Amino acid sequence: MSSIATAPAAKAQIDPKLIVPAMNSVKAVFETMVKVAVQIERPTIKATPGVSYDVSGIIGLSGDLTGSIVLSFPTASATKLVSAFAGCELDPKSPEFPDAVGELANMIAGGAKKAFGFRANISTPNVVIGAGHKIARLSDVPCVVIPCKTAMGDFAVEINIKQIGVAADANR
Amino acid sequence: MMKILLVDDSRTMRNIQKRALEALGPIEVSEASDGVEALTVIAGAPDGFSFMMIDWNMPNMDGITLVRKIREKDKATPLIMATTEAEKTRVIEAIKAGVNNYVIKPFTPEEMIGKVKATLAKKVA
Repeated sequence: MSSIATAPAAKAQIDPKLIVPAMNSVKAVFETMVKVAVQIERPTIKATPGVSYDVSGIIGLSGDLTGSIVLSFPTASATKLVSAFAGCELDPKSPEFPDAVGELANMIAGGAKKAFGFRANISTPNVVIGAGHKIARLSDVPCVVIPCKTAMGDFAVEINIKQIGVAADANR
Repeated sequence: MMKILLVDDSRTMRNIQKRALEALGPIEVSEASDGVEALTVIAGAPDGFSFMMIDWNMPNMDGITLVRKIREKDKATPLIMATTEAEKTRVIEAIKAGVNNYVIKPFTPEEMIGKVKATLAKKVA
């Protein structure tokens, strides 16, 4: 597993109200749909512009929250985890592979969005596959990496979100 | 035989739903990847469907728009929204548009079948 370059949280702060919902959503999605336990490691702030791994499912947010949530896997982990999700072996070269990655990212972002408590919309997923790809991010907020471990391999969730509006009563 | 329409832009999700729906017994499943395609499938199915499962966030035509368009002509077919949109305001919006039930992703096959059975039981009652 390649190491993820992160920086100590000197200037940027990790906002728990934007991170804890994402952590809970990751566990709910993987434990329900992939049937694998997820060990969430300590979130840190990303120091480098690239994504953590080779396969990324990207969900954009708009509305009172803006930014992105990225689900990032090494190819080997992605292959095992999305195959377990899909219920059949998926080849990373097949069209079903990015579809499954995107759907996992969609569910994680959707679950987190509800818990954020803001009026926000999520985009349909985009999936990028290839080592060393970079994703444009908001530069005025930190990108928080949540490392995740499972018996089928590791992955990471990267949160780069800025609050624009006030917390809504979407859940009342 | 129960005829079902699954509308979701994720083929993976449609396959997961299909496998879960086999618990209902013999079924015939039609699929669409967005609202526009769904309307074409519906127009080509003169006998209609026993129920439809519809995602919310899809390209070309989203699920809530599709529900409203279906309900312009068809008030009877049970419609179940299967989506990540979990806020209470979204659920209310979907019910006002005409869905009969709502299942939030992620869901277990048992949760999904439970919602389907509850929906169909209300239709019979």
